[in-house]
Amino acid sequence: MTEASATPLLEARNIVKVFGALRANDDVNLTIMPGEIHAFLGENGAGKSTLVKMIYGALQPTSGQFFWKGRHVIPASPSVARHLGIGMVFQHFSLFDSLTVAENIALAMPGPHDIAALSDRISKVSASYGLPISPTAIVGDLSVGERQRIEIIRCLLQEPQLLIMDEPTSVLTPQEADQLFVVLKRLASEGCSVLYISHRLEEVKALCDTATILRHGKVVAHVDPRKETAASLARLMVGGDIHAIKPRVSAARGGEATPRLELRHLSLPADGAFGVALKDVSLSVAAGEVVAIAGVAGNGQGEFFDAVSGERPVAADMMLLDGVALGQASITARRKAGAAFVPEERLGHGAVPTMTLSLNMILSRHAVDPALVSAGVLKPEGARVAAERIIKTFDVRKGKPDPEARALSGGNLQKYVVGRELELKPKLLVINQPTWGVDAGAAAAIRQALIDLAVSGSAVLVISQDLDEIFEIADRIAVISRGQLSEARPAQEMTREEIGLLMAGAHEDRKGAAHHAA
Amino acid sequence: MRLEKRPERSAAMALASPFIALALTIVTAAIIFALRGNNPLAALYVYFIEPLTALWSVEQLLVKASPLILIGAGLSVCYRANVWNIGAEGQLTAGAILAGAVPVFFPAWQSPLVLLVMVALGVLGGMMWAAIPAFLRNRFSANEILTSLMLVYVVQLLLDYLVRGPWRDPQGFNFPKSVTFEGWQLLPYLTSGIHLGVLIAFIVALVLGYVVSRTLKGYEITVTGLSTRAARFSGFSEKRTVMFCMLLSGGLAGLAGAFEISSVVGQLQPQISPGYGFAAIIVAFLGRLNPVGVIFAGLLLALSYIGGEAVQTALQIPDKITRVIQGILLFYILACDTLITYRIVSPASRAAAAAGA
Repeated sequence: MTEASATPLLEARNIVKVFGALRANDDVNLTIMPGEIHAFLGENGAGKSTLVKMIYGALQPTSGQFFWKGRHVIPASPSVARHLGIGMVFQHFSLFDSLTVAENIALAMPGPHDIAALSDRISKVSASYGLPISPTAIVGDLSVGERQRIEIIRCLLQEPQLLIMDEPTSVLTPQEADQLFVVLKRLASEGCSVLYISHRLEEVKALCDTATILRHGKVVAHVDPRKETAASLARLMVGGDIHAIKPRVSAARGGEATPRLELRHLSLPADGAFGVALKDVSLSVAAGEVVAIAGVAGNGQGEFFDAVSGERPVAADMMLLDGVALGQASITARRKAGAAFVPEERLGHGAVPTMTLSLNMILSRHAVDPALVSAGVLKPEGARVAAERIIKTFDVRKGKPDPEARALSGGNLQKYVVGRELELKPKLLVINQPTWGVDAGAAAAIRQALIDLAVSGSAVLVISQDLDEIFEIADRIAVISRGQLSEARPAQEMTREEIGLLMAGAHEDRKGAAHHAA
Repeated sequence: MRLEKRPERSAAMALASPFIALALTIVTAAIIFALRGNNPLAALYVYFIEPLTALWSVEQLLVKASPLILIGAGLSVCYRANVWNIGAEGQLTAGAILAGAVPVFFPAWQSPLVLLVMVALGVLGGMMWAAIPAFLRNRFSANEILTSLMLVYVVQLLLDYLVRGPWRDPQGFNFPKSVTFEGWQLLPYLTSGIHLGVLIAFIVALVLGYVVSRTLKGYEITVTGLSTRAARFSGFSEKRTVMFCMLLSGGLAGLAGAFEISSVVGQLQPQISPGYGFAAIIVAFLGRLNPVGVIFAGLLLALSYIGGEAVQTALQIPDKITRVIQGILLFYILACDTLITYRIVSPASRAAAAAGA
């Protein structure tokens, strides 16, 4: 703490928030001093977002009190919080794609606005903080990093004294993240406190003055992150050492082997005005290897998954499995050919939220598992047995014997959805964001399972935003940006900086130039 | 005041919901009778109980229920898939027109084949009329609620034109009616009051109940209705499901139309259904979108028709009361279902919760 005598800017005392049977926040205390960058650390589901939403007035605590500059306050709604001087940048932006930057910001400000004058203020704030953005740009045309700048500027225009950032770097390239840190440090030096939510330990060490660590809704430590190691912070977060991934037995992988999956100049037009078009994507994945596709969210990963899985068919020879052209084949035909898929969104894509786990078993297996469906007739008992098996093998934690999918926590449902595909020992597994929103223990288990699958002779294609994860499991790495894929290269040869540059589109021009030359 | 999603739906309440809705409807009906100056208990007895006390009226109940069950079973499958066919009344009429064309053009043709051809044409007519909104939705994303509803009035006017013009019975004293059907142009009767169509309606509902709960096709329909994205992941095509559901529900409505003109109506005339196609929407919801539940709901709605006629005769209450009671019933079912998933939160209670914290 800088000054022991100073009044804290914000103090949360004995905050409790109960959702049904779950104590999301259990007697949480948090003190933020003026001008400090305060890290709020914890695993997914530890209760970080719950507390932050209460500070911002979006949720009300079950019990406990907030003090703002020593005065008792009740942030009954976000407008009350904004009035106090609290600004928040959410993880998921609330912007209208078809409006301009200035129009989007005007929508969030109280009262009528003169767009010209507002544009002027936006330009000033953007110049003075090094957040370049044009007020007249259409949001739909901007990258995710630029969209985040809009949200930050929107907060800064209201001259906040506390800025809450919810996992801001999860959508940024390493370079963009560095730029953001400069802005946050500058804000702090001007006296604006920052509450920085993250589970990325290295950046917390680099950026933050103090850290509050939350585990299962309880504060487990207040520490100075600069004096801790990433490993010690991780232990506090998880409450034990994270199970390390077994080092791989480097299987001999000759380039001469025929690829299991081959994508040849795959192109797919954008689905709607704000979708991303895939341009000339070429990639091959051999049996026994894990290939990872890195990239910032919203650069065509979803479209790539749809094209490879067959949810959106492409020209036949754009996608080959074991040399057979399957670009026109349905997802069911691709499954019959030995492929399996895990989409990014578990609820509503990989599983039907209101169906039981056993019925969800049938979702991806109805054509390939005769124990579940035969001659068009469902076998509920077979589905139940299969679900039980997955639940046991992958340690899926649940309340009732056969609950609805939505009743499971994100991590447990992900284990179930991944397990459903892995159990079939597919020849090819395509998985989008395998550990998104999954706690560290489950994430390690899923990564281990992916590696084991590759070692057993399958081809594994992983799409991920998490560079740590990619370096942990991938043999080769390619980067996707604006629907274009860089050449896949061995992981040992690549650095984070290189990947960062590729994420920002370094390969796009080169490809364009190559086309011109050709 | 606003609605807030409940953390969990109560399974018991989901089952109880139609009964609560029915109880509320009866209370409301009693209030309406009382406001008219009738003794509410006596009126309720005449409306809901008396029709069940005589064999002939129970038979009539089954006959009235059969089109409701046929159409309601098809609609329940349709609504499960989030396909909102509101135009079953039109599909029923289209089926009746096509089926009725056989006796109109071949009045002397007598053979069991006649009935088979009429039934097949009835199904075909309903399917054709339902295929239009299905095609418009798949091709142009046109809202099938609007298109299917508008097509009801189109086909009803077509029927009106036919029976007043080209299809009018030459010996019919200028009444807007076709020739009366006879012999194999009519359904055989199982008892004095119950025709073959009643039995078929019950069988269809049971078969659809099996399809929905036990087959991959039923799974496909349910998944499509719950989440189109998950359905696509599963390899199910939404467009195919839309077409399937519309053809199924339209075909069953057309079948009901063919049954009506070859039994109780016995000819083509401007009015061939007292709104069975619309009442079947209530039947589908009251039956929990489950074809087996639809059997019970169909019987209840049939009672509302017969009870309406009974109070008209016995107590001189206009038979519009039937529509009123059906409407109130649908309103209460939807309200109960909504309150199972959501709860009402008033700003006052929110503020109180915040202050208490």
